[in-house]
Amino acid sequence: MVGSKNRFLFGAILIGTVLFFFYAPIMSLMIFSFNNSRSLTAWAGFSTQWYTALFNNREMMNAINTTVLVAVMSTFISTAVGTLTAIGISKSRKIIREIVINVNSFPILNPEIVTAIGLMLLYSSLSIEKGLLTMLLAHIIFSTPYVILSVLPKLRSLDPDIAEAAMDLGATPMQALRKVIVPLILPGVISGALIAFTMSFDDFVISYFVSGNGVKNISIMVYTMSKRINPSINALSTILVVIITLVLLVINLLPLLKKKEVRGVE
Amino acid sequence: MKVFANLAKPYMVWMTLFIVIPMLLIVLFAFTTHGNSVLAFKFTLANFGKFFDPVFLKVMLKSMEVAIITTLLCILIGYPIAYVIANVKEQWQTLLMLLITIPMWINMLVRTYAWISILSDSGLINSFLAYLHMGPIKMMYTDFAVILGMVYNFLPFMILSIYTALAKMDKAVINASYDLGANGTQTFLRIIFPLSLPGVISGITLVFLPAVSTFIIPKFLGGGQYMLIGNLIENQFITVGEWNFGSAISLIMAMIIMGSMYLTRRMDKDIVEQAQSAHGGAKW
Repeated sequence: MVGSKNRFLFGAILIGTVLFFFYAPIMSLMIFSFNNSRSLTAWAGFSTQWYTALFNNREMMNAINTTVLVAVMSTFISTAVGTLTAIGISKSRKIIREIVINVNSFPILNPEIVTAIGLMLLYSSLSIEKGLLTMLLAHIIFSTPYVILSVLPKLRSLDPDIAEAAMDLGATPMQALRKVIVPLILPGVISGALIAFTMSFDDFVISYFVSGNGVKNISIMVYTMSKRINPSINALSTILVVIITLVLLVINLLPLLKKKEVRGVE
Repeated sequence: MKVFANLAKPYMVWMTLFIVIPMLLIVLFAFTTHGNSVLAFKFTLANFGKFFDPVFLKVMLKSMEVAIITTLLCILIGYPIAYVIANVKEQWQTLLMLLITIPMWINMLVRTYAWISILSDSGLINSFLAYLHMGPIKMMYTDFAVILGMVYNFLPFMILSIYTALAKMDKAVINASYDLGANGTQTFLRIIFPLSLPGVISGITLVFLPAVSTFIIPKFLGGGQYMLIGNLIENQFITVGEWNFGSAISLIMAMIIMGSMYLTRRMDKDIVEQAQSAHGGAKW
């Protein structure tokens, strides 16, 4: 009995220490975003001045806009392209499927910095001027493989004759796609879209190499501002942490709510 | 199903243009000289020769060293954590894994930036030490800070990967081991640990790969002078403008990573095969 009690205590201390290690920096970041002085270490009273400073900072607001715009557009496009491609290769010959899957795995397996300089070299070789559009295109490029990867398993578990059945019953290919295939693979599409969105939202390395002309997303902003201490970064980070935690909670609670809904329908 | 097969065609063009050609461009730049124009290139091996300069070799070795230490620390810390989590009640497992993964969703730059105010000379730790009348410890801009930053950023991947292997393990095998008279240590060493190795190995790739190529963590916590291979590449492209040399370094780095992934995969296969033959051999 004593042994198992000790083991429990040991386990609890271990988990506690690691969670402290994970959350202490995030907590200190959040706490000092409310500090009444520039210091990130000495507490000088509560204030929301850094939040005001953040919302009055044109450059930072622009970075937030850029990040959201690029994330939404690239998620939308890469999810559509990735889903259609996944459906396409699942009905293609094996060799084509293998080629697409293998080439696709390059941006996933390669370090981000390699993908980044590859795209940078491509843009400059085609003399495309770096800016918002190059950033958006890069985000679509690196997100699509993840969407394909997340949709494919759903297609594999799909009855191969189901689309045929729909068309035999008079559906056009488009209708078969929209009303039969896509609804059945929807969980894969949604998780692909989520991956695409978070990858785009958090991306630094690739954006840093392929954007220019003063186009900055939040990550590039943090990178360029980190040299001088600026609690506005803390304020921005606090807002992001709160949003992400809320989103994660919703995602984790959604299946529970859905279960209830289904029960309600029954 | 020809109709649907056509859906893959546009992406094949897209992928050639945006995935294959950029890779080829890196190779082309690595083996050529002169400017940034594709049309006026001359083939050379000088970019690779340059890399064998002691200065750059040292950067390479340092990156490997830091990445290996980080990976080892992640295994040493991550394994016990994953083991404890895999052995608590189911509801607790879900909650604890959610707590472990939440930080992964927070921007890496933000998480790393947060450590600066903790580790700096007038930071939280040193303020606390001063309060106890103890001397300040220099932590920022050291190997310690860089490795700490890496462990902080990549440990969740290791925990997640080992936990997945432990959680899907067949509990009947463990019970069988106890029933056949093995004690806790024997069961762990001969059953649980070998069966969890695929998780450890996928964790190694998940930690080593970003650890060897990151340039944010060394820049934030190691300072401007701290050079790892990622910083070297960034410098060549952003500051120095030596794109050809930068491409050569990236190519070497990609090769090392592909090579180590190939090795770990083979190790994984060997282990599985060994475990299977041990399984067969045990049936006396």
